[in-house]
Amino acid sequence: MKFRANLLIGGALFGLVVIAGLFAPLLAHTDPVMGANLMNAELPPDTEFWFGTDAQGRDIYSRVLHGARISLTVGIVSQLINTVIGVCLGLSAGYWGGWWDDFVSGLTNLMLAIPSLIFALAIMAILNPGLTSLLIALGLTNWSFTCRLARASALSLKSQGYVQAAKVLGYSDVRIMLTQLLPNMLGPIIVIGTLGMGGAVLAEASLSFLGLGIRPPYPSWGSMLSDARDQITTAPWISIFPGLAIFVTVLGLNLLGDGLRDILDPQSRTRRA
Amino acid sequence: MAAFLLRRTLQTLPILLAVALLIFLLFSVIPGTFASSMSDDGRSVIDAQVMERMNKEFGFNDPVHVRFGKYVAQLAQLDLGMSFRTRQPVAKVLAERMWPTFILTLASMIFAIAIGVPLGFIAALRPGSWVDTVSMVGAVSGLSLPKFWLGLMLMYLFALVLGWLPSFGYGDGGLRYLILPSIALGVAPLALLARTTRAAVLEIMNADFVRTARSKGMSERKVVQWHLARNALVIVLTTIGLQFGTVIGQAVVVEKLFAWPGLGSLLVDSVTLRDIPVVQGAILLIVLSFLVINTLVDVLCAIIDPRIKYS
Repeated sequence: MKFRANLLIGGALFGLVVIAGLFAPLLAHTDPVMGANLMNAELPPDTEFWFGTDAQGRDIYSRVLHGARISLTVGIVSQLINTVIGVCLGLSAGYWGGWWDDFVSGLTNLMLAIPSLIFALAIMAILNPGLTSLLIALGLTNWSFTCRLARASALSLKSQGYVQAAKVLGYSDVRIMLTQLLPNMLGPIIVIGTLGMGGAVLAEASLSFLGLGIRPPYPSWGSMLSDARDQITTAPWISIFPGLAIFVTVLGLNLLGDGLRDILDPQSRTRRA
Repeated sequence: MAAFLLRRTLQTLPILLAVALLIFLLFSVIPGTFASSMSDDGRSVIDAQVMERMNKEFGFNDPVHVRFGKYVAQLAQLDLGMSFRTRQPVAKVLAERMWPTFILTLASMIFAIAIGVPLGFIAALRPGSWVDTVSMVGAVSGLSLPKFWLGLMLMYLFALVLGWLPSFGYGDGGLRYLILPSIALGVAPLALLARTTRAAVLEIMNADFVRTARSKGMSERKVVQWHLARNALVIVLTTIGLQFGTVIGQAVVVEKLFAWPGLGSLLVDSVTLRDIPVVQGAILLIVLSFLVINTLVDVLCAIIDPRIKYS
């Protein structure tokens, strides 16, 4: 019997963040944006302000809770977009082959040559800062691993007997891909998706930290840290808690991904994602 | 060998050209002209006459395909155009910023390799031991740390509280200024290398040739030295090559945090100011260096592992 510590701890950490995000309005003490009060500026953590207050006197605890909503939205939605793009391209390329496969493989190699954060940065350069732009920028730049995986699986699965049988039965190509191929590659795709979600949370925080993602006063963990930098000498707690929140979220997702890999994709221990 | 190098170099050219096209198209879809996009948030703060003059100067009145043709022709002569803001040649601006980024990337990769690879190796040789558990828990934590937060915490502890190291800046380019940024940047590749090395060694440990070597009575030290290390090295090297790309990309955040005068902070500033020629040039340079490093890694792998053929 194997104790699934990864899955358990990862699930618990991620669950904590999901609960924080879902119930943020109930759990928060003050409004994350409007709750500014300069009389309370830069107070260290105490019984009233659990995580202290920032330079505008806003309660950091409330802002961190609301920040979970942004991080989770970006993480989940952008990773869903990536997964759909990667699966559609990879699956069809592997199944159909020919010029389409050449095209998709070329595109994937191109995507792999551009560091994804740089690519997302370039897209943010032409869009206006904000949540929608972030979802587009992060959703379009990180599908190459999923695509490669889906393509490789489709290639190896398409010669299987049951796929050939489906063909003989007159199933359409799309139906074969969706009902015969997709279910058989879902495990590894879920693993990559979970790990990619952690990456997306980090990327959102990075872009917001650089002033190219969520703009202040909205409580993104990344933009909170960008504000906090100026107060690191006088009020270090402003920097500590948003960073811890990012860490806990990403750690949870990474552990969850590792745990899922042990169950869903046991043969590939060296595959990087 | 020379033919192999030449072919690998030629293979990277279409990718580079495609990246140039992609980046070029990306910045061509901005509504309005380049000159109008330079004004903040699309609000026209630039005088119409000035805008017309700029459009003419930078050739924005031409259709997209003509502009791209001109751009590629310029690229072939290593001319990356002129910065919108400073009117300096982009190549010159980039050249000034290359060295700090090179040093930072190299230092963080050396830090990552020097600790990550041995750690993964030791962990793999004693699977399930406390060394293994601690280093793997450490590795997954290291992968989950946001770099800029880690940098901020390092800055607070070592620069502000203890006062051992300068908190930010390039200074005289000395080692003291390099330590904190390269640790902040190097922890993630360190963690990943430890995990990859461990996984690679564990996999090779079960290979037939290792079992054969053991059963014919080869000493454990020789098995590790001749069979495990050498075979794992190929996988580790490939990971190192790929990590270089990620690290150059992530350097953006760390450079910005530590006010490091490299390509990354130049890129962010140029994106904020919408200085498109500089953004294009910086991205191309980053992609080029990533491709060069991976070609070098391929060559190294072929030298180490005779099973990989040059052809």
